[in-house]
Amino acid sequence: MDALLLQILNGLDKGSAYALIALGLTLIFGTLGVVNFAHGALFMVGAFCAVTLQHIIGLSKITIDPTKVDFLGNPAKVKTPYVVEWFGESAGMTIIDWAVPLALLFSIPVMLLIGYAMERGLIKHFYKRPHADQILVTFGLAIVIGEIVKTNFGATEIQVPAPDSLAGVSDIGAMFGMGAGQLAYPTWRIVYFFFALGIIGAIFAFLRFTTFGMVVRAGMADRETVGLLGINIDRRFTIMFAIAAVVAGLAGVMYTPIKPPSYELGMQFLVISFVVVVVGGMGSLPGAVAAGFMLGILESFASMNVVKSFFEAIYLPSIDQIIIYLVAIIVLLTRPRGLMGKAGVMEE
Amino acid sequence: MSNFTRRGLLKTTAIAGAGLAMPTLITSPVAAYTNAPTGGSVTLGFNVPQTGPYADEGADELRAYQLAVEHLNGGGDGGMMNTFSSKELKGNGILGKKVEYVTGDTQTKSDAARASAKSMIEKDGAVMITGGSSSGVAIAVQGLCQEAGVIFMAGLTHSNDTTGKDKKANGFRHFFNGYMSGAALAPVLEARYGKDRNAYHLTADYTWGWTQQESIAAATEAKGWNTVNNVLTPLATTDFSSYVAPVLNSGADVLVLNHYGGNMINSLTSAVQFGLRDKVVNNKNFEIVVPLYSRLMARGAGENVKGIFGSTNWHWSLTDEGTKAFVKSFGEKYGFPPSQAAHTTYVQTLLYADACERAGTFNPCGVAEALEGFKFDGLGNGPTEYRAEDHQCFKDVLVVKGKENPTSEFDVLEVVEITPRAQVEYAPDHPMFAGGNLGACNSGA
Repeated sequence: MDALLLQILNGLDKGSAYALIALGLTLIFGTLGVVNFAHGALFMVGAFCAVTLQHIIGLSKITIDPTKVDFLGNPAKVKTPYVVEWFGESAGMTIIDWAVPLALLFSIPVMLLIGYAMERGLIKHFYKRPHADQILVTFGLAIVIGEIVKTNFGATEIQVPAPDSLAGVSDIGAMFGMGAGQLAYPTWRIVYFFFALGIIGAIFAFLRFTTFGMVVRAGMADRETVGLLGINIDRRFTIMFAIAAVVAGLAGVMYTPIKPPSYELGMQFLVISFVVVVVGGMGSLPGAVAAGFMLGILESFASMNVVKSFFEAIYLPSIDQIIIYLVAIIVLLTRPRGLMGKAGVMEE
Repeated sequence: MSNFTRRGLLKTTAIAGAGLAMPTLITSPVAAYTNAPTGGSVTLGFNVPQTGPYADEGADELRAYQLAVEHLNGGGDGGMMNTFSSKELKGNGILGKKVEYVTGDTQTKSDAARASAKSMIEKDGAVMITGGSSSGVAIAVQGLCQEAGVIFMAGLTHSNDTTGKDKKANGFRHFFNGYMSGAALAPVLEARYGKDRNAYHLTADYTWGWTQQESIAAATEAKGWNTVNNVLTPLATTDFSSYVAPVLNSGADVLVLNHYGGNMINSLTSAVQFGLRDKVVNNKNFEIVVPLYSRLMARGAGENVKGIFGSTNWHWSLTDEGTKAFVKSFGEKYGFPPSQAAHTTYVQTLLYADACERAGTFNPCGVAEALEGFKFDGLGNGPTEYRAEDHQCFKDVLVVKGKENPTSEFDVLEVVEITPRAQVEYAPDHPMFAGGNLGACNSGA
């Protein structure tokens, strides 16, 4: 039972990341009609916003310590972070410790700018081109972004730890009357889950309860009519692209303590996020969220030993590697438009 | 009227035939093997991951190769050529020919690695191929070199199979292997953690992971440990939480991570996140073991590696003369200490060059003969032997631990024991290495 609960929790936090990326993807598709294969790269760029801020905060004054030597036997260089120099040991170390939450603030303008530049500089030229062209150009863009990041940060993963106070495990079992230590779960992953819920809720509220959101939804339903009403829907869609980029970026920032980022992070999430969008239904925001959590949980269950053994016995080895695609096939065979897809999307 | 006559045609054909045959007749004694160098230089092929997840390791290997070429051609301070027990290398290239090199990108994919090695052999005329940061790649390229008739000096490859069931007469490995890691680690783990332990293995699902898991499980079980479970994880896994979570309630008190590179960084991060290192199971502190360490990936894992045991082929903090010479050369040129990948590739290049000198030829069969059974010292691992039966180097193995109080960003591992060669040696027909056959050397003639 504990093992099941653990995997459900695990699936929820995996699903949180899938849902956040898929939400942005489907938002872009629903508004601009663009299949954006560079969306995973935006998630990765967000993660590297955290890495960058960690580097900036960690910038240090270098002094020579004649009592110590480096690996070549020369006097050792001692680094003292400027934030420690300026704000004192306690405040300085607290700033360094809270680099990830601070990176959320740092990433918002960066991602807005990147999203805006991407849409105006490249994507807008492909609105009227076939989806295959859009996929090719955005996939190429994802590779370029990945290589730029690799050139600047290397290929190896970089640790970006969560604040100390949120880095341990939380005894969830005790909160629900179970024995102490029976069901413990990493605190940051719980934070990530609630963070994802907050972002998803904010996006839905924004689209539902603001005039801007209302116009965007109207544009998603009938772009031409909204344009005839004298509303500049293209400008609003550009802003939505930038917002989707910010959502991907924030998701990436918060994911860094869970998985140390590397330049390949975007590609690792891209395919799975597309499967999530397709299973949820192209252009359906609730579908993307529901499919994200569903596939996250199924993926977690599939990696349980008992489940793997069962499927091996019925000649389906490595179920943990194929479960998501298997579910996608089943969903698309039974509901070709995905779980919550609507008629007319990608069917012209 | 045509000038062609039957006699004229026959004459012309005979002359043309002789002319075409001439180069073959003249060059055939020289070109008795693939890519025999004919000018004043010889070309080596460095096949390393320049893109993909092991690109940082590949970059370090390439730095070491470039340093080795510089030293072989008489540049720099000579590095380990000064401490090498064999004194054949004079800094005038190899056999008097200037050493040049071409590079290929393995991408850590077997097919890409084979394609780049093939291109270097067929288009660039490489007489030797070396490199790689993955056993899958090493085994694939080793097979290709055997077919093509060139020597393969393996880079970082730790699977037992490289010099076990997939060994080849043209292939040579300086790096240690999974069996040696198990044999070196098990006594240290027993001494630190006791005999009564239950180990849970997470294993990368490919040749290296399988053979390392088999080796570590066998070595620890021989010390009294029980292997609770072994779960194979896909190589493409990025979030290991769903594999780590079941460990919590498995009754295991040790987690063995048979992962390397990004897999190891991610699985260790997940294990630490789930609080495994703070748990007490079966009245014992829960422990994590990473059997194969590299400094580059230990840096990637950050604070998580502190206190965790593993093994490594070489470490820059060793104090022997060879290591000091290499670290000085490398450090002064690049500004940081070399990794174990850099060390093994540098050493392999020197060993190949030395074998050519001793054999007096670049012919792969002559070089192979010179390497087989070759005993040497002064290259950072103490007395070492290239065993003739399987082309595996036998030497001491380092047991290391993540350093608790690092003094610099490079100071992440500390050597806790140098396990003597005798303890990690095995018979050529050991069951874990069975099923292969070196076969005959192929010179490509």
